[in-house]
Amino acid sequence: MAKTIQEINEKIKSGKAVVYTAEEIISVARSKGKKKAAAEVDVVTTGTFAPMCSSGAYFNVGHSNPRIKLGGGSVTLNDIPVYTGFAAVDFFVGATAIPDDDPRNKIHPGKFPYGGGHLIEDLVAGKDAQLLARAYGTDCYPRRKLETWIRLEDMNEAMLFNMRNGYQNYNVAVNLSDRIIYTYMGVLHPNLRNATYCSAGQLSPLLNDPLYRTIGIGTRIFLGGGVGYVVDRGTQHNPDVPRTDRGVPRMGAGTLAVMGDLKQMNARWLRGASFSGYGVTLAVGIGIPVPILDEEMLNYTAVTDNDIVAQVVDYSEAYPNCIPGSLGEVTYAQLKSGSITVKDKKVPTAGLSSYARAREVASTLKNWIAEGSFLLSEPVAPVPSVESGIKFKPLQERPIFNNARVAVD
Amino acid sequence: MATKRLVFNFPPHLIDQPVTYQLITEHNLKINILRARITPREWGRLVVEVSGKKQNLDAGLQFASDLGLDIKPLAQDVQWDAEKCIACTACCSVCPTGALSVTRQDMQVSFDHDKCIACELCIPVCPYEAMQIEF
Ligand code: SF4
Ligand code: SF4
Repeated sequence: MAKTIQEINEKIKSGKAVVYTAEEIISVARSKGKKKAAAEVDVVTTGTFAPMCSSGAYFNVGHSNPRIKLGGGSVTLNDIPVYTGFAAVDFFVGATAIPDDDPRNKIHPGKFPYGGGHLIEDLVAGKDAQLLARAYGTDCYPRRKLETWIRLEDMNEAMLFNMRNGYQNYNVAVNLSDRIIYTYMGVLHPNLRNATYCSAGQLSPLLNDPLYRTIGIGTRIFLGGGVGYVVDRGTQHNPDVPRTDRGVPRMGAGTLAVMGDLKQMNARWLRGASFSGYGVTLAVGIGIPVPILDEEMLNYTAVTDNDIVAQVVDYSEAYPNCIPGSLGEVTYAQLKSGSITVKDKKVPTAGLSSYARAREVASTLKNWIAEGSFLLSEPVAPVPSVESGIKFKPLQERPIFNNARVAVD
Repeated sequence: MATKRLVFNFPPHLIDQPVTYQLITEHNLKINILRARITPREWGRLVVEVSGKKQNLDAGLQFASDLGLDIKPLAQDVQWDAEKCIACTACCSVCPTGALSVTRQDMQVSFDHDKCIACELCIPVCPYEAMQIEF
């Protein structure tokens, strides 16, 4: 018998909801059978904790006296340049921003010890940051310089806003060349000496609702240790990719844009990360509850690491030069076993997404729901699915000829 | 005379080659082996004190690194910060000794200090500064 989200919420409020994590549900479904499990279980909680570069946060720091127009000026927080192209005292910090004087990759591989991701972590941890600002001065905002310590609690708004998180599946990265390479998928040793992957597999949010039946705009989620919301599809959302029989994409597909109030988040779930030779990012903890409306949803959440496959991609040649193709398909069960076989060679595997922490996210969210402190929300609109026709397009470059003012096709 | 305390990391294909012997005989270096760990089919590690004339030392070390030996100054100690570690497992596939390892059931990561040979391979790999060297 089908359930509604309202009915599930009533059960959550009365403390009677039956909740399992996306890992636990696998054995529940096996022992009870899918039909019975679907009738008994109300919610399955998912989780992931991984580097997600398209993350950031916006802030309103309040007006100084006399007033200063940061908009159009230049502002750094702990030497990290922030984006000020907004009203007087709003700005945006991106996770991958780095100080102007960071040597970057001049001495290769660069270390990238501190960037936007670390700044967000420090602010959430309650630490003081240095705000330095230069502005051009106007009649209404006369001040041209500002230097002050600032903390999260001093700000008016501090909102995490991530335009692409929670990638539904991802590549497995290897290096076919004969030199070591430093990538966003970690350090890849030459001649297939290691492989890295980045998904929580059977615990990953969008792999438990592969066709976005319940996860949509307005879905309330675990975000960075607090509560957040799905605001829309994420950038590069690409639902129309090859899928398995159960609808699970065989490669990177859907993504989510999410946001939430930073002041109620926790630095354990927002961690700055430094990738040697690549740059800075932010590891974000996300957990999404999946309502078990019917047997179909139960079946989706009972997906195991054996049912989810990913494509092995060479990051020395194929990835940088957009050469399509895969060196093979492997399951997350194989990836998590510690080695896979690529081109007849046994290759040790390592994650970038923490499965141990993904479990912690899923069980924290499970506890919130079980104790009645977290209710499910009905999506206002779905995120586009396979039939939407949305495709992730490459950039078509069109050369700009000398002094042209008008684009020609 | 110059003296250096170094860690020689041998890739598996060099383990059976008499590199140390060649350093002594062909480059006239004095080599005092402080620690050694050689396991078939795995990276081997020698912690050595090398001394000799400056130019011999430079030439000898060049010869060894050209062979494919990974030579590092001796780091005294490698520490794992359990609080900073997020158990991503990235380091576990590069750690040659299994000092950093994963329990496959729950994918938790642990560090066995006794197995660590301070090869430092994990240091640039960890994005969260959980692996640190103390000199
Ligand atoms: S230094 Fe790191 S990689 Fe090397 S043995 Fe110790 S833990 Fe393993
Ligand atoms: S790379 Fe760092 S964070 Fe990841 S498991 Fe190793 S020590 Fe922990």
